[in-house]
Amino acid sequence: MDDLLADFLTETSESLAELDVALVKLERTPDDSNTLSLIFRLVHTIKGTCGFLGLPRLERVAHAAENVLGKVRDGSLPAVPDTISIVLTALDRVKLILTGLSATGAEPGGDDAALIAELGAVAAGRPAPAPAPATVSAVPAAVQAAPEPVAAVPAAPLAAPRTNAVPPAPEPPAEPPADAVAGPQTIRVTVDVLEDLMTLVSELVLTRNQLLQLARNRDGTDFAVPLQRLSHITSDLQEGVMKTRMQPIGNAWNKLPRIVRDLSHDMGKKIELVMLGAETELDRQVLELIKDPLIHMVRNSADHGLEATADRRAAGKPEAGRISLNAFHEGGHIIIEVSDDGRGLPVDRIRAKVLANGLATEAELATLTDAQIQRFIFRAGFSTATTVTAVSGRGVGMDVVKTNIEKIGGSIDLKSEPGRGTAFTIKIPLTLAIISALIVESAGERFAIPQISVVELVRANRRADGTNPVIERINDTPVLRLRDRLLPLVNLNDLLALGAAARETDGAYIVVAQIGASMLGIVVDRVFDTEEIVVKPVAPILRHITMFSGNTILGDGSVIMILDPNGIARATGIGASGESKAVSTAAGSAQSADRTAMLLFRSGSTQPMAVPLGLVARLEDFRREAVETSCGAPVTQYRGRLMPLVPMSGRVDSAAPTQPVLVFVDGDRAMGLMVDEIVDVIEDRLHIEMSTARPGMLGTAVIGGRATDVIDTGYWLEQAWKDWFHDKPKQAGARPRRVLVVEDSDFFRQLIVPSLGAAGYEVSGAASAAEALRLRDAGESFDAIVSDICMPDMDGNAFARTVRASGAWAKLPMIALSARAEQQDVDAGRDAGFTDYVAKFQREALLASLQQCLAEPVAA
Amino acid sequence: MSDVLDRPQAGACDEQVFVTLTVADQLCGIPVLCVRDILGEQVITRIPLAPQEVAGSLNLRGRIVTAVDLRRRLRLPAAPPGTPRMFVVTEQGGELYALLVDQVAEVMSLKADAFEPSPPTLPPEWSRFSAGVYRLDGKLLAVLDVGRLLALSAGG
Repeated sequence: MDDLLADFLTETSESLAELDVALVKLERTPDDSNTLSLIFRLVHTIKGTCGFLGLPRLERVAHAAENVLGKVRDGSLPAVPDTISIVLTALDRVKLILTGLSATGAEPGGDDAALIAELGAVAAGRPAPAPAPATVSAVPAAVQAAPEPVAAVPAAPLAAPRTNAVPPAPEPPAEPPADAVAGPQTIRVTVDVLEDLMTLVSELVLTRNQLLQLARNRDGTDFAVPLQRLSHITSDLQEGVMKTRMQPIGNAWNKLPRIVRDLSHDMGKKIELVMLGAETELDRQVLELIKDPLIHMVRNSADHGLEATADRRAAGKPEAGRISLNAFHEGGHIIIEVSDDGRGLPVDRIRAKVLANGLATEAELATLTDAQIQRFIFRAGFSTATTVTAVSGRGVGMDVVKTNIEKIGGSIDLKSEPGRGTAFTIKIPLTLAIISALIVESAGERFAIPQISVVELVRANRRADGTNPVIERINDTPVLRLRDRLLPLVNLNDLLALGAAARETDGAYIVVAQIGASMLGIVVDRVFDTEEIVVKPVAPILRHITMFSGNTILGDGSVIMILDPNGIARATGIGASGESKAVSTAAGSAQSADRTAMLLFRSGSTQPMAVPLGLVARLEDFRREAVETSCGAPVTQYRGRLMPLVPMSGRVDSAAPTQPVLVFVDGDRAMGLMVDEIVDVIEDRLHIEMSTARPGMLGTAVIGGRATDVIDTGYWLEQAWKDWFHDKPKQAGARPRRVLVVEDSDFFRQLIVPSLGAAGYEVSGAASAAEALRLRDAGESFDAIVSDICMPDMDGNAFARTVRASGAWAKLPMIALSARAEQQDVDAGRDAGFTDYVAKFQREALLASLQQCLAEPVAA
Repeated sequence: MSDVLDRPQAGACDEQVFVTLTVADQLCGIPVLCVRDILGEQVITRIPLAPQEVAGSLNLRGRIVTAVDLRRRLRLPAAPPGTPRMFVVTEQGGELYALLVDQVAEVMSLKADAFEPSPPTLPPEWSRFSAGVYRLDGKLLAVLDVGRLLALSAGG
């Protein structure tokens, strides 16, 4: 194809895009003479060039359109919607012809007689026949409705010309001859040239990194100063080249006014499109990738989200439905909000569809919030449209959008209110080429994790040592209690099958990564520092490995893979619709005041027994041979030490090949309770109804609908170590500190009181806040108060406020002990006057807190 | 480019130029225009979860090259430890690949009419990846089809 033709195609494509926007604008404001002039001028230019280049078919169509526009400009024809429609139809025909032209180099054959006749009729003032239907408008519709992944569709015939020149910077093109005022100078550059520049600059950055590394290793050479200067210049150059790749997001939005207008005509709805922040810039590459998803979402809103005009009127809403797009920068990302004020996402229809498609069971759905159910629209194969329209609703939509956005390191979330509307929020990194990454090591291999995904780094231990958080296991899933949440963990070693034996060393580093709305902890051996790396895509034969989003060369020349937290989350099933099941059950228990996660098991009978899950350190299943005997009592070797085993049912069952054991840990002591069978974990209220004098049992509670015996953990711990609770000798002469425990649950009181007693405190218990206050008024004195929050009648916060208000205890340290540990609960507790706030099952934390509050070492 | 040259036209009276190499004692040839670089021993980074034919990646003057282990690709026994190795770098679709072989020998110019289809004595893998052979005195030189060698799908 010769240069002249190529240039013509490029220019005309740009003009057509402008014309779309301008015509829609004209329709809204028919008296806007500037817009009208622009439109006429553009069409006139197209017609003129066609004639010059010998493109008769194009010329005829353009000429007919120009006639109509001429009449409008003269004022002899009003700019009514029908007229605009017919002109738009003509432009679509031009686009069609251009596509053929760019593909073959010659005009495609075809007959435009009908269209030209219509245009002629309109120009002569006769009413326009119904605008040419499916054949022409099917072009954009068919293009979008194709069941291909949204991103694969070349957005419109306009994308065909290979040399897609970068449109000039945000200001309008300096074409209009009349206003030849010196606007900002622009120049056309092909995309290839810019790509090459970008690659060269990336290489320069890498080499600069290498040089800096070398220079770091030898101080004080002559190279240091020029190298520093070179480094600055390179950074500036990098920034500069990045800027050339930045384009305003308006470029992705410029098709939308036309699309929305067509949709509103097709569906008979009034739709208003508001676009804010069109000048917000982002990387060209990223722009290409989100263009189609954005169009898809707007179509969804128009088609499914907005109600019909009559329905809106009935609901008291303005007749015109509004779709808003809002884009802005925020900390290294670009945020794009797509929202509508329609009917919101129909939770019941979504629920029904989820069940129908087998994506979840009734039971699972019952535990989810409305918001979580709404998020099912991001799952593959989902669509609630009862009729699959050509516009949207073919079930390949939102999951593809989500995948495409995540592929570039972004995230998407939604908020929807029935009757009010739906809002999608997309967050995308500003650039893909050079990113900051954290370098980590596992099994001797190094990897990079994009800094954007890293929330924090935590040092944790595999065994409790009182200072660092401990990696615990719940039903075989390793988790970390991090402040107020349970963080699911994944070991990089295992994930990538690196083959190193699981290290039993104490320490591990956990990289807490953010994936969409959930978090995941990646366990690694070592953490290095953060570096700027150039992201290079992996070779095609490796693209199927979802754990990696690319690879790079470090400053020392070594090649390392870049991890993709989204891929990791998908592989481990975390973050699919919230958190992995095991964790959410346990996390749920930490958040609801009344419900406790109970571990159910059987021992000695078919009657189930229970123990609060939070007290259990691990669930193990030992081989029969591992159970040995020492001085007549069963023991096993566990983690390098001998651990006493206590048979719950009094005798060891040597028939079964394995022995299930509940492991309890306290400091450096461990004890295993041998049971017959571990049954389940259930979350339920713990209300012990029938107390009993049976040793080892606290009583019976109804758990999961069955009468279940709740074991007295303290008793069993003492079976293993007679002096479990009395191991710490009191310091001679030191007056034991007196602590009051206010707790309405007998069970917990019975556990905390001896537990603190063992640590050297003199402990009294009160079953309610009222009882505690009675003690105060009776003159009893204590050194510290530990109180539950959730109590009937007067709750912990009210109690604290009363104590602080006046009386003998007003200045005592008060520690809140509660199963609820949300930030707002902690804040409420602090406001009420509590000195500290500890989660309910953390004996270590409670002791540490008491110690701190009393500011004097107690024998513990 | 490799399509044009890796199948010497039967009956043409011209010569084809090959880079010869050995892998597991089998002499092979790759059309010279397919070869970008020859490298000696390199540091390779393992790629976790990659197909087993992928030996890893290496850094060649700032570009990342994916190394393909020819022994594994041709289902030959693994090299005994201490075997020297070399890399033949080739480019496909804008990506650089390095074929891991034992030894790279000389560049040979061979007459096109001495080219024969693979004899049945060659193991089946060879017919998959080899366009044919040349008979040199006492030895068979298998001409390798680089395109097929690199056509690693996820399933290998």
